[in-house]
Amino acid sequence: MSKNGSSGDNGGNFDKARRNFLRTVGMGAAATAAQPAWGGETFQDAFADFFQKDYRRMSAEEIEAALERIERRAKRRYDVDINCENTPPQEGVVFGYAINISRCKGYRDCVHACVKENNLGRDSQVQYIRVLQMDQGDFNLEHSDHYYDPETVPVEGKHYLPVQCMQCDDPPCVKACPVEATWMEPDGIVVVDYDWCIGCRYCMAACPYWARHFNWTDPEIPAEEMNTNTHYLGNRPRPRGVVEKCHFCIHRTRKGQQPACMEACPTGSRIFGNLLDPDSEIRYVLANKQVFRLKEDLGTEPKFWYFSD
Amino acid sequence: MAVVQFIFDGIREMFRGPREYWIWLGALAAIVAFGAWSYSQQLMHGLVVTGMSDQVSWGFYISNFAFLVGIAAAAVLLVIPAYLFDRKDIKDVVLIGEGMAVAAVTMAILFVVADLGRPDRLWHMLPGIGRFNWPVSLLAWDVLVLSIYLLLNLAIPFYILYSQYRGKEPNFRLYFPFVVVAMFWAISIHTVTAFLFSANPARPFWHTSLLGPRFIASAFASGPALIIITLQVIRKVTSYNISQSVIDTLALIMTTALQISLFFVGVELFTDFYNEGAHAASMHYLFFGLGGFASLRSWIWLALVLNVIAVVILMIHPLRRKTRLLNIACVLAFIGIWIEKGMGLVIPGFIPTPLGEIFEYTPTSVELGVAAGIWAFGILVFTLLAKAVIAIKQGKISRAPKGVSYTL
Repeated sequence: MSKNGSSGDNGGNFDKARRNFLRTVGMGAAATAAQPAWGGETFQDAFADFFQKDYRRMSAEEIEAALERIERRAKRRYDVDINCENTPPQEGVVFGYAINISRCKGYRDCVHACVKENNLGRDSQVQYIRVLQMDQGDFNLEHSDHYYDPETVPVEGKHYLPVQCMQCDDPPCVKACPVEATWMEPDGIVVVDYDWCIGCRYCMAACPYWARHFNWTDPEIPAEEMNTNTHYLGNRPRPRGVVEKCHFCIHRTRKGQQPACMEACPTGSRIFGNLLDPDSEIRYVLANKQVFRLKEDLGTEPKFWYFSD
Repeated sequence: MAVVQFIFDGIREMFRGPREYWIWLGALAAIVAFGAWSYSQQLMHGLVVTGMSDQVSWGFYISNFAFLVGIAAAAVLLVIPAYLFDRKDIKDVVLIGEGMAVAAVTMAILFVVADLGRPDRLWHMLPGIGRFNWPVSLLAWDVLVLSIYLLLNLAIPFYILYSQYRGKEPNFRLYFPFVVVAMFWAISIHTVTAFLFSANPARPFWHTSLLGPRFIASAFASGPALIIITLQVIRKVTSYNISQSVIDTLALIMTTALQISLFFVGVELFTDFYNEGAHAASMHYLFFGLGGFASLRSWIWLALVLNVIAVVILMIHPLRRKTRLLNIACVLAFIGIWIEKGMGLVIPGFIPTPLGEIFEYTPTSVELGVAAGIWAFGILVFTLLAKAVIAIKQGKISRAPKGVSYTL
């Protein structure tokens, strides 16, 4: 399934002791060697950031160093101690998602949970999930209301359609990228290396689901709301001028947790799981429900299904 | 060290001229400086200072880029008759056309760089130390073909001028293969640029196989329009002899190309509006507005009117042969195609979004400032190149033995 996937040579699974050792050494070196300059960044960090290789070509040590720099940057910018990890994909896992649209009532709890979980810019109002409100009997996206805001949902005579990255198995965004800054991981998640993206936004033009978002300015995140549990390919604080997107909560799901949107959903509309596990709930849905995918005719093979009771 | 001397003499000639010439250079430099200042605002605050959004993620910069690649490609309309059909009159101006190609490609590249969120990471594209997603990414293709086209249009005139400078006949068998490559390359740059858009099924407005031919046809109208005007300016401000037959030929090419271009527009309108499906939404937005939003409507109708007036002037022989009317037609067609192929092509591709949202785009003063700076820079590059080319062609700067003169 993961024909475009590649985990590279970084592996990334370090034991805690080694990790802590590296951290101590790194911090020590930074503290002794350099006074703040370079916009608050040490010269060493600025230099290393500039010449940082792309994720898939970094050695395990280089990734460790990059993670340390990300943590230092977050401390400097937001004054928060974050933990940035590089949890690798699990063997024999390809993630898929299904939404029961007859249950979704348009509460948007998924949207708000996602914003918090993934450290999305609050000022810029980036949201990975968009819930569309449509009239019963109408499924034309062009008639959908993106900004519905009634006193209470569900509204009589309306139905709701949450849309986010479909984690296509033949992703047009990956083909578009001129520098291979976005790719599909072996567990089927389409990720972005925020430190490699040049910000040309061709992927945004290529995406049929409007799933990609750009950091037009520095993302503003209140320090007290920062989720400190982060992943290099996921919810770590993003720099300005790069593209980002839903990554199926890679920092959670690779550890066996549910994505935040699923956990937040009050109606139980969301079903996430391993497509390769025949006993998973998502496989049950695919086998027993009438499912469909958005814009299937474009041939992008989304790993994101919709069904109704 | 003759090459160094040649370059030195060329550059010295670029910065030698009467007062009017210096005022012209100074005015352009001032606009370039204003553009640089605008760009510094963008660097400081991010692309948030532009009118672009997640909904309309490309705007004025990429619109100008698409248009300018067409201008660059149009140089081939001088290259083919000059080198392939051996038209002596056109050989006199072909190097000026290639200079225009250099300036246009430079502008196109600058517009893409201005659009980048992280210009500091441009090196990520370099082969070896970076990752270049070729041949899969059409943007990688565009970078490749534009860079090589720029090199071809620098190298061929350089060789020919250098030969002439030394009073030697350029070796036809040496440069002709490159000329042939450059001819095909000119078509390729604009085709690849069209594919950059048409390769996206996500954007039904662009996703048409007619886009490539449309790009070529409109380029072959807007390009000659610019060349015709430019050649007349050169004829006026220099003593360089430009034959009227060159302008007549270009006018004829432009007439045909503009007719085809308008025909293509009609074909698209028919296909979209006869059975108005969802795919026609962007077209509907462009020409009539959608959901009460219609910021491009008056622009596209203006473009259509300008192009129709131009084509009428061009099609009626007695009218086209009047220089004044021909010039009007050139200006109208140039502006008309700039609107149609720039904002009229790029922006509606994003409206409505793939999720059906209608969100409009208007360029900000920063974008207009940067764009003005890039255009001025391109004109400056062309002025300097043309100045040196003409001086060398006229034999004003030369290391040739006395009394030797060649036609090429």
